[in-house]
Amino acid sequence: MALEVRVEKTCGDFHLKAEFQAEGEPLALLGPSGCGKSLTLKCIAGIERPDRGRIVLDGRVLFDSERRIDLPPQKRQVGYLFQQYALFPHMTVAENIAAGCRRLDRSQRKKRVAALVAMLHLEGLEGLRPRQLSGGQQQRTALARILASEPRAILLDEPFSALDSHLKWQLEPELRDVLEAFGGVTLWVTHDRGEACRNCPRVCVMEAGRTAPVRDMGSLLADPQTVGAARLSGCRNCVKAERGETAGFVRLPEWGVTLRCAAPWRDGVTALGIREERVRPARPDEENTVECALTRLVEDVSAATALLRPLTAGLGAPLLRMAVEKDAALKPGERITVALSAEDLLLLE
Amino acid sequence: MDWFPLYNSLRIAAISTVVIFFAGIFAAYYIAKAPRMVKGVLDVVLTLPLVLPPTVMGYLLLRLLGPNRLIGSWVLETFGVKMVMTWWSAIFATVAVAFPLMYRTARGAFEAFDDTLAQAGRTLGLSNTYIFWRIRMPVCRQGILAGTVLSFARALGEYGATSMIAGYTPGRTATISTTVYQLWRTGDDALAFRWVLVNVAISAVVLLAVNMLERREKPSARKGVR
Repeated sequence: MALEVRVEKTCGDFHLKAEFQAEGEPLALLGPSGCGKSLTLKCIAGIERPDRGRIVLDGRVLFDSERRIDLPPQKRQVGYLFQQYALFPHMTVAENIAAGCRRLDRSQRKKRVAALVAMLHLEGLEGLRPRQLSGGQQQRTALARILASEPRAILLDEPFSALDSHLKWQLEPELRDVLEAFGGVTLWVTHDRGEACRNCPRVCVMEAGRTAPVRDMGSLLADPQTVGAARLSGCRNCVKAERGETAGFVRLPEWGVTLRCAAPWRDGVTALGIREERVRPARPDEENTVECALTRLVEDVSAATALLRPLTAGLGAPLLRMAVEKDAALKPGERITVALSAEDLLLLE
Repeated sequence: MDWFPLYNSLRIAAISTVVIFFAGIFAAYYIAKAPRMVKGVLDVVLTLPLVLPPTVMGYLLLRLLGPNRLIGSWVLETFGVKMVMTWWSAIFATVAVAFPLMYRTARGAFEAFDDTLAQAGRTLGLSNTYIFWRIRMPVCRQGILAGTVLSFARALGEYGATSMIAGYTPGRTATISTTVYQLWRTGDDALAFRWVLVNVAISAVVLLAVNMLERREKPSARKGVR
């Protein structure tokens, strides 16, 4: 079970250059909206034709621009879960599922539909039309229809974007169960790092049409390496960085400070990141401290963020975000000295 | 009362509706997908008959199909058939005049079609023919049905181009609309009025049928329980 993808495509002034491999476990394609995730999926499914590249699924060449191979979507055995599910509105649930296995004869098709209805808990809904279903039921019908077509790979395009967030929590484990039972290659497109983290052990970060090498989800969170990956992994403090004069130090020109950094400097680094939950008030006589003034306190549902302005910061410099207790008694203008531990500093390209 | 005009009108309208149905869908499907320039030009050409006076259409058809004209003379020489002044000549007139109604409504329906449905069908292994007839057409059926009925109604009521290309020969080319005119002209007001009532009745029945079909297909608002 393996999917190899290397595609290039130009649409107007957007250039897609995606390259990755996926094996049995779900691979997340993680990136902000408009970065080319859906286009990549469409190239794999055969709905869009790449300008150049090669796509191989389980040893079968689906597309190869050099050998002029371009299988139609019908022959690719790639299931595609569309954002809005694309159920056929004039067909019932059972007819939608049966549309996925039309190559079977009538009695076998009936059996298959019944089995999938049971597997996806759609009993009693067989005669309803898609518009009579809830969002979750629509998603399960679409999955049943895909499974009926016996695909070798399943592509999920933002599977929860059409659902209310409270439904998402309920449906995510169900979707995972279905994918585990499926067992083939799964690509999971999302812009939500939590969704990727909970469901996909491996991740491929995409930014402005380009893919980064596939990594373990854990290593992406611990060491994002690029600004884009850092932001996607939830790191909200990213500031320009330069190599310090002394080895082991980085200079932050926008904030006017120099900090010791545990990670060794590498070529190509342009920024420094630190997660807001790692920023903390300094103890006396500590290293890597920054003296700041509180600009404002942003209260979220269960936590709060203090927006701090380093006293030595230049005009237009980004504010330093620090996670604080929800009822922290902080007033705008108040002076706070924070410590940024050398071990928590992320060097980003 | 001689019922020939009713029979003739109905068969002309029925045949031209069948022709318009397929031609209109074909044109609408391919033009909806065409590049913008091609679309703009073809759109004007195919919609022109809708806005031109029927007499202008009749004139143009006569210039093409008349016994001494390009197509008419060729058909006359090859098959020995005159293309004008027969009952079926009127079909050319009704097709030309009613075609834009079908084409425009069907194109609107195709353009509103959610293309991910066709894409989903293809990834599920469904053939393009199946997707067209069993997914695209049923999903667009409201527009296509509306276009078909409008075309039928327009074909049934066509007068100008028909009278020029098929003339008025009682028992041979007379339609309801040409009969009404002829009866009125010759002062047979009572009979003319009866034909008017017949025409109004047919049109009302057709429109009623459409409304009933549409009502039956209204989506029910029931939401599933989860």
